Amino acid sequence: MMTLNDDQRMLQDTVRPLMADDGSIKAQLRHWRDKGCKDGFGHRLWKQFAELGLTGICIPEAAGGLGLGAVEAGVVLEEIGRNLTPSPFLTTAVAAVRALESSGQAERWFPGILTGDTVAALAIDEGRRHGPAGIACHAVRSGNGFALSGVKQFVVHGGSADVLLVAARTGGSAGETDGLTLFAVPRDATGMTVENLSLVDSSKAARLMLDKVEVDADAVVGEVDGGWAPLSRALGAGRAGAAAELVGVASGAAELTFDYLKQRKQFGRLIGEFQALQHRAAHLYGEIEIARAAALKAAQLLDAGDPKAELMVSVAKAKAGRVAALAVQEGVQMHGGIGMTDEHDIGLYMKREAVLGELFGGTTFHTARVAELSGY
Amino acid sequence: MADLDTFRAQTGAWLEANCPAEMRKPMRSEKDACWGGRKWEFQSSAQKQWLEVMAAKGWTVPDWPKNYGGGGLSAAEAKVLKEEMAALGARSPLTSFGISMLGPALLKYGREDQKKRFLNEIARGEIRWCQGYSEPGAGSDLAGLQTKAENKGDHYVVNGQKVWTSYADLADWIFCLVRTSTETKHGGISFLLFDMESPGVKTRPILLISGNSPFCETFFDDVKVPKDQVVGEVNKGWDVAKYLLGHEREMISGMGLGHGSLTLGGSVGEIDDPNLKAEIAAFDVDALAFAAMSERFLDQLKAGDAHPAFPSVMKYAGTELNKRRHELIMAAGGSDALEWDSERSHGGKAPRDWLRTKANSIEGGTSEIQLGIVAKHILRLPGA
Repeated sequence: MMTLNDDQRMLQDTVRPLMADDGSIKAQLRHWRDKGCKDGFGHRLWKQFAELGLTGICIPEAAGGLGLGAVEAGVVLEEIGRNLTPSPFLTTAVAAVRALESSGQAERWFPGILTGDTVAALAIDEGRRHGPAGIACHAVRSGNGFALSGVKQFVVHGGSADVLLVAARTGGSAGETDGLTLFAVPRDATGMTVENLSLVDSSKAARLMLDKVEVDADAVVGEVDGGWAPLSRALGAGRAGAAAELVGVASGAAELTFDYLKQRKQFGRLIGEFQALQHRAAHLYGEIEIARAAALKAAQLLDAGDPKAELMVSVAKAKAGRVAALAVQEGVQMHGGIGMTDEHDIGLYMKREAVLGELFGGTTFHTARVAELSGY
Repeated sequence: MADLDTFRAQTGAWLEANCPAEMRKPMRSEKDACWGGRKWEFQSSAQKQWLEVMAAKGWTVPDWPKNYGGGGLSAAEAKVLKEEMAALGARSPLTSFGISMLGPALLKYGREDQKKRFLNEIARGEIRWCQGYSEPGAGSDLAGLQTKAENKGDHYVVNGQKVWTSYADLADWIFCLVRTSTETKHGGISFLLFDMESPGVKTRPILLISGNSPFCETFFDDVKVPKDQVVGEVNKGWDVAKYLLGHEREMISGMGLGHGSLTLGGSVGEIDDPNLKAEIAAFDVDALAFAAMSERFLDQLKAGDAHPAFPSVMKYAGTELNKRRHELIMAAGGSDALEWDSERSHGGKAPRDWLRTKANSIEGGTSEIQLGIVAKHILRLPGA
């Protein structure tokens, strides 16, 4: 059934007011942005997430987490998106946890994630485009472990992370999924330079320079040369989560806009009376509903371990990205001049969409993937 | 859950034993769908047999109550049946406007004797219905209809003209909107059922740009209709009409799903143009996402959670998608897809289907009407 069950609704009822109040644009995004915070998010809110169990949402119950899945993570992320709440929830509690689960590194990092003390970041992209199979960053055997060299970029929360999950090549060549290995690299590893950068939406991402970074053999997540498996788990959860967050961003932008259409007067009439705007608003509403259903379907298939999950995750990421882009563009346009000001929130939605749309692969990447997975 | 698993296993086994092999092949033409009714000529004995065994189980209308010819299945069971039929590739045993449009309206607004008679006939495929809604002067402004039914004591006399009456020439009965009062626009409409063989009914097929004639003009000249053939209250037919339109829009939105589980890119053969391939992939993203919304909508509908105006969202999205699908099929076909009547082109199937889809966003209320409904009833925009 593609409706939320009672437990999922309860989770939504808990998270919705939390994000709308403590996680609001004023309390979080603008607050930390205007303070020039180096993390781009508030640790107090992240601790609140931990107290509610949310940092352990995807951690198995046996390890002290809630043991929930992509659907529940999506419920939380939609509210995060709606309020542009900055937090390491998607990177740490969803994607990194999925990478680490059932590996030896889980024991080391899960306790800190559960308490809200640990932030984890994924270091995958190496150029301006997402394309994990093309990873060239390499790791060679050295002493008891490995030495990693290469560059990484768009490492979201990389500057704040206690552990960086670095995908590197231990075999094969660029373009192959075999021969990749995922390493859990502690932040203080020697040879790693972290350049912490502000992105367009005031979130933080890092560029990493890895110059023979020494890690122990037990830093390997999963198997040597078998990094594609944990990486795929992380990317599946991360992409589905980003899709849900994009649906939230689209909904938040659309709600602001629909309200504005009912308040703003020109020519002696509310602008929402104009059919030219009504039809565009109605079209946008429908598109957001389609994206929401696609994101839910993708999450359900992921949780069920369905072989079609990969296809639907790409559908959801591509669709939610396109729809969120439409929502923020229509949002700014329908707000007119006020939409161009920093004072108004609608522009913040536009900036967030740009980053989330690109994260874990943009619309064209995932559209091409739909073709590939469908055999054409 | 365990009960549902049992039901799934039993249903799968029953379908395997009872669905004729020929009824498991994909439909190739419109005639492969069984529409039923007095004038229906079965395409094969398998088509007839499939209808009969399914009707005997009430599975032509699985979620209607048993005493009206349905299967009495719960929402979850009906979904399982649909999934098991899809898994087998089984065709729908019966397609009709009685099932998709009139039936739901009768279930909600019909009198007990009307339900007993007509729903059972619909479920068994014994009656084929057509829809008398649009008129030459009442298209998007449907409530402006002028066909009138005069009160003559124990019966009405109907005079006027309908247009875009789908398959009126093949139908046994019509469900028809008529004006019984001119006092108010919406408050003077009644919902009438009558036999197309009644004296004074004439139909004339309309030749469309596709070269086919699925629609007719229908003329009423002093047609006598017994008074007990009104559905719901006299002058309150607009409520019935709108409710039925919701179901019609839901049905039309199904076009957005295409046929079978193949993606468009996976079904048009080799795509040798990278720009076209990108457009088709973008379409498949939209189509797969739409399919998710369609599934969610049906689940919400069964759970009673769906917004009453949501069929307008579905209809708009599904029909615009189907038009785009056929634009891309034409583009993929290149000059092959321009042949109009050659055998190679199956009598111009691609261009005729393409042209037919242009009506999708007009019939059952245009896309613009749907957007207006969403703006008014869901977004609650001012003055909409």
